[in-house]
Amino acid sequence: MAMSPDQPDSSGVSTASLAVDFHDVVAVLGSFPALAGVTLRLQRGSITLLRGPNGAGKTTLLRVCAGLVPIERGRATVLNVDLVAERQQVRHRVGLLAHANGLYDDLSARENVTFWGRTVGATEGEVAVALTRMGLDGRLANLRVAKMSAGQRRRTALAGLIARRAELWLLDEPHAGLDAAGRDELDVLLRAAAVAGATIVVASHELDRAGSLATRQIEVVAGQVREWQS
Amino acid sequence: MMVRTVRLIAMKDLRIEFRSRVLTNQVAPFALIVMVMFAFALDNEALLPRVAPGLVWLATLFSLLIVVSRSFAVETADGALDQLRSSGVPMVGVFLGKALALAVQLLALITLLVLAALVLYRAEVSFGGGVLLVTTAVTATCGLAAIGTLYGGLAAGTKGRETLLPLLLLPVAAPVLIGATRATESAFGTDGLVTSEGWPWLGLLAVFAVLFTVAGALAFGPLLDD
Repeated sequence: MAMSPDQPDSSGVSTASLAVDFHDVVAVLGSFPALAGVTLRLQRGSITLLRGPNGAGKTTLLRVCAGLVPIERGRATVLNVDLVAERQQVRHRVGLLAHANGLYDDLSARENVTFWGRTVGATEGEVAVALTRMGLDGRLANLRVAKMSAGQRRRTALAGLIARRAELWLLDEPHAGLDAAGRDELDVLLRAAAVAGATIVVASHELDRAGSLATRQIEVVAGQVREWQS
Repeated sequence: MMVRTVRLIAMKDLRIEFRSRVLTNQVAPFALIVMVMFAFALDNEALLPRVAPGLVWLATLFSLLIVVSRSFAVETADGALDQLRSSGVPMVGVFLGKALALAVQLLALITLLVLAALVLYRAEVSFGGGVLLVTTAVTATCGLAAIGTLYGGLAAGTKGRETLLPLLLLPVAAPVLIGATRATESAFGTDGLVTSEGWPWLGLLAVFAVLFTVAGALAFGPLLDD
């Protein structure tokens, strides 16, 4: 059930200003508690870096936010949608870019981005803008994804995310596979998206680059989170 | 929203098939080889027309396994199935879109197999039998596409899905094999059967198709979520 957008909570924070509001969230993968009591609040328009060792729960946290993993215990809302009661309802407003790119090898970059854009009713103009922003206009747009480099595939996946008009971007190692120019373009894109109102959560081991982007850093350790103290 | 999703998914799957040509370059040759191998194995000119209907549908079932595997391999190869789930499109639409694309491919394949039976096994079909044959093919295809999509989705996220899929799919497809074979025997006039004797079998095929289309549409999303 969606919460009232301007309803202040007990601490006086308006829920409308929060993109993510978790309280003591537990999520289990198989029998393993991948999230073991996460309490976390992320403001809309913020860029948050999730840091932590492999297997700490960063990817699971992103997937819970995307409504893909059920919550066993606790309270959680994302974009004012209650994830415990109706996690499917948040999915079309969230863009998740995981380790895999979610692309179809036999389709071109343009066809892939068009497909993902159409899932939310994006126009051809919006698709063209997304391709241009990721440097995929011209010859590259019509190249089959199977023939692309890892960086070009990553750019195509990011263009798909732009075309999907996501309000919450959940990015797992987004810089992986990109060359120096691509990384710079991605940083510009993420900052612009945040300025435009999107909330961005990045899980990354490239701490210098992702850390310079982030307005806040959270450390994930053994399925729990804490504010990062440098 | 639903119709848009069905069209979007079906067109995407058919475009991928058109580009990759797996159906024309791999599945169709495989199905034809199965028909030829049956002919070699039986090696009896009197027997071949009698068993032709069963062999057409057996070859269809074997080919269905490949087509279904391929349909979900493109979704899992680079995490697209996860993206589909997270995109918020109605999973009923995804199910129906994938089933529609499967049905189009299966119909093309069945047409080829029936032609192979007419040529290789010297089966014969009258005009009335042809109408029954087309109706049978369309109805059976709907049922096979529905169970193929349902069980393909179920197996997609599991380890050893290549071996799991036949184990799940073939027993459930048995009613289609029986119904479609009996109807095709009537269409071909096998053992003196007349066309009118085949129409009741269409009832079984229709019930099966409706049942699995409805059940698949309802179960597909929750099964993928779990």
